[in-house]
Amino acid sequence: MIATTFDALLRRDLDFQLYAMQGLGELVSRERYAEHDVETFASIIDTAYDVAGERFAPIAAELDAFEPTLRDGVVQTLPALAGALDAFVEAGFMAVGFDAKHGGMQLPHLMTVATQLIFSAANGPAAGYPFLTQGAANLLAVFASPEQQKTWLEPMIEGRYFGTMALTEPQAGSSLAEVATLAVPHADGTYRLTGNKMWISGSEHELSENIINLVLARLPGAPAGVKGISLFIVPKFALDPSGEATIRNDVTVVGLNHKLGQRGISNCALSLGDRGACIGYLVGQEHAGMRQMFHMMNEARIGIGAWATCTAYAAYRYALAYAKTRPQGRRTGAKDPTALPVPIVEHADVRRMLLAQKAIVEGGLAIVTYCARLVDDEHSHPDPAEREAAHRLLEVLTPIAKTWPSEHGCEANSLAIQVLGGYGYSPEYPVERLFRDQRLNPIHEGTTGIQGLDLLGRKVTLGGGIGFTLLLARMREEIARARADATLIKEADALAASVDRAEAVTAILVGAQRELGAERALANATIYLDALGTIVIAWMWLAQARVANERAANATDDAFYAGKRTTCRYFFRYELPKAAPMFDLLASLDDTTTALAIAEL
Amino acid sequence: MKILVTVKLVPDTTADKRIDPATKQLVRSGVETVLNPFDEYAIEAGLQLKEKIGGDTTVTIVTMAPESGKEIVRKALAMGADDAIMISDPKAEGSDVWGTAYALAQAIKKNGFDLVLCGTQSTDSITGELPGALAEFLGVPGITHARKLEVEGTTVRAERETDNGYAKVTADLPLLVSVTKSMNTPRYPALKGIMGAKKKTIAIASLADSGVDKPVGHEGARTELIDLVSPPTRGKGEVFQAADAVAGATKIIEFLRERKLV
Ligand SMILES: Cc1cc2nc3c(=O)[nH]c(=O)nc-3n(C[C@H](O)[C@H](O)[C@H](O)COP(=O)(O)OP(=O)(O)OC[C@H]3O[C@@H](n4cnc5c(N)ncnc54)[C@H](O)[C@@H]3O)c2cc1C
Ligand SMILES: Cc1cc2nc3c(=O)[nH]c(=O)nc-3n(C[C@H](O)[C@H](O)[C@H](O)COP(=O)(O)OP(=O)(O)OC[C@H]3O[C@@H](n4cnc5c(N)ncnc54)[C@H](O)[C@@H]3O)c2cc1C
Repeated sequence: MIATTFDALLRRDLDFQLYAMQGLGELVSRERYAEHDVETFASIIDTAYDVAGERFAPIAAELDAFEPTLRDGVVQTLPALAGALDAFVEAGFMAVGFDAKHGGMQLPHLMTVATQLIFSAANGPAAGYPFLTQGAANLLAVFASPEQQKTWLEPMIEGRYFGTMALTEPQAGSSLAEVATLAVPHADGTYRLTGNKMWISGSEHELSENIINLVLARLPGAPAGVKGISLFIVPKFALDPSGEATIRNDVTVVGLNHKLGQRGISNCALSLGDRGACIGYLVGQEHAGMRQMFHMMNEARIGIGAWATCTAYAAYRYALAYAKTRPQGRRTGAKDPTALPVPIVEHADVRRMLLAQKAIVEGGLAIVTYCARLVDDEHSHPDPAEREAAHRLLEVLTPIAKTWPSEHGCEANSLAIQVLGGYGYSPEYPVERLFRDQRLNPIHEGTTGIQGLDLLGRKVTLGGGIGFTLLLARMREEIARARADATLIKEADALAASVDRAEAVTAILVGAQRELGAERALANATIYLDALGTIVIAWMWLAQARVANERAANATDDAFYAGKRTTCRYFFRYELPKAAPMFDLLASLDDTTTALAIAEL
Repeated sequence: MKILVTVKLVPDTTADKRIDPATKQLVRSGVETVLNPFDEYAIEAGLQLKEKIGGDTTVTIVTMAPESGKEIVRKALAMGADDAIMISDPKAEGSDVWGTAYALAQAIKKNGFDLVLCGTQSTDSITGELPGALAEFLGVPGITHARKLEVEGTTVRAERETDNGYAKVTADLPLLVSVTKSMNTPRYPALKGIMGAKKKTIAIASLADSGVDKPVGHEGARTELIDLVSPPTRGKGEVFQAADAVAGATKIIEFLRERKLV
């Protein structure tokens, strides 16, 4: 192994989030994690950095340049990708969070997310294959029968089989109610599927022994809408009569989709059942497909937030290193034309761009790790009331944890290019690729528009608004803690006012749903998502600054902690104020978009 | 078969290093400690032999290092080694090649061995002398710089890297072999291995426990550091200006020809 200086995701920051902010260390006292200790966590993260730094990061540019190709139904990927994924699998990273009874390592979800973060920062598209597999395996771990788990889940956890999520169809994207793939019961208890799936990531390649597609489809005569959708295992190789996965299933790659970014991960248009022989195995109950999908949605969406965070994080780290070494221009106001140029990091505007990125990526990291800890609490907190609270909080926070890092990640990635100037616009430097990669994140796993509707139209009022009320309470608890720190009183006050405003405007919008109808009240749901998201990230920054101050008590000259304080200040001065006009617009129930005639566009 | 792998703990290879002008020695504290990267190839070689030979073959890690390095030794166990012996003794501090080799030899003899595997060099002192000295103290043949290694019964066949090729050598166990980077690709410690390593034994022994009956450390050092000088700073490079790539290449070729480098 060669020593690497892989720091696309700063280890110190990751450790800060995991231990100081989210208390990873205390989870070992839970029965579920009794086998583990903090040294084990550290060794696993060490290995993740080694594998990511040595096997994933070095091939990122090449993987982007070498898009998968389709020949005679076979999808070829960059040869070095197989080596990287083998190293990932051999080290056991696929198994991180799964139950020991299925061959998993039964580590906290925070550790699953930590490893996902490290690999995503090194090479997002390469990391996509195992993360899709983990997502699909998660579903099978909860809903598949014990035999199905033996046959399909365990080889996935071993990393021999990879998985996909095959939801989308050409006519059914945001609205999965339109799913039309048909699944007809067969005499032997299996099903025969026919239909078309679109945009399915990782659904064909030669990287694993088998590919387990989790497919949404309808039974004949199923109820219309989402209540008539069922979930099927549709493997690339289905079971022969002796129970071995040897039958090449009737799943045809009609074409590979070429993409702006994320080029290393194959993405296919699939045709199911061209020969009438596409074998599927029902997971759980008939018509329960969407409910099952939703069960795993929180974790999958937090995963996208993590992916987005790292795509921006890696670009920020690159831009920072570049800014320290690129000499250009002289200090503003300097008169001597013969003086040597200064590194661009000396210029206030470049610092502003770097701070803006740091605020987004470290704020994103804070919210995704906060949510990961909630997933742990939801699953393993000894107190049932805390488990319930974690679940409720996750319901409201998930659309934010998915969307805020995705949307603002695009902004951060754009700023990284700006820091490099013309060089940033060229494929010679990684910031261009990362910018393209990032653009996917506001689209898949529910577009930003859909997330906004989900938050304001559903999550905020779900269960009588319990989750939202809990969120307000959590933010106010942090405000109270921060007020005890004399250096943070201004920020604590600003956040308190914003939280009050969010509460009041939310009440207006919820009322308007009843009085003016959903269409008008939800017209600006995306803006609501952004405004509330900005407040949530401000909350994360206040907490980071407070914890940094506590930790820095004996190390006042520590630039890492000082950086947390400064970035908190930046966020409160430059970013949080943007929420107020958004709330003003929302409170006015503006009807510009609903009232306009299409011809006016 | 008992395979022992010697492993040095060294300051992080990427960290800036400092020499204490008073003691003329490398400052080893305050810098993160890691497994000597060259030793990972020796560990891998040991693990592959164990997997091939099977039976009751064991791989034991041996190191002379302060006890604070225990968690780093665990990484070698996480890769798959069975157990470890650490000679940890304040009196070992300041050991030169002679002292280190002697102490390791005594501990290894005490434990018993069929095959001792070493890295070719450390990344801090980089003498590359330890394997030879250790073989001498153990009284066994030493095959240094091996790039290939096969064991059949008690016969060992190896390829030794030399300046202009390689030599095929055969020897009988017991034996010492130092392993180069071209022999293998060290595995990453797997998550299961990391978990399993917690339960493996790291036996910590003093010099006396290890059967070291002569002074080592500062007291026993037979090497005296007389002076330390920085390498001369390199002269400024020559910069060629050329109109295009062809002209530039021509100039470079001329330059190399003048120096008879091509
Ligand atoms: C690279 C890539 C990888 C993907 N991987 C997978 C995968 O592995 N598995 C899978 O199943 N799918 C995958 N998808 C599909 C992805 O989830 C969909 O593209 C996404 O859900 C949007 O669907 P659509 O493309 O049909 O867009 P549409 O649904 O047509 O949306 C177009 C626009 O209309 C807006 N819109 C739609 N409906 C509404 C509404 N009711 N109210 C307000 N606005 C609305 C959307 O927000 C969006 O801006 C992938 C897509 C891409 C590009
Ligand atoms: C006066 C003096 C004092 C010194 N004091 C110290 C000191 O306090 N601490 C210190 O670390 N060095 C000290 N050194 C350096 C010392 O010579 C070397 O550490 C030691 O002899 C090993 O040599 P090397 O590092 O060049 O190993 P090399 O010969 O380059 O290494 C070859 C292989 O030997 C094995 N090996 C080397 N060292 C060890 C070890 N300690 N345990 C197990 N296997 C090993 C490894 O497999 C390694 O790959 C001192 C040197 C002098 C001259």
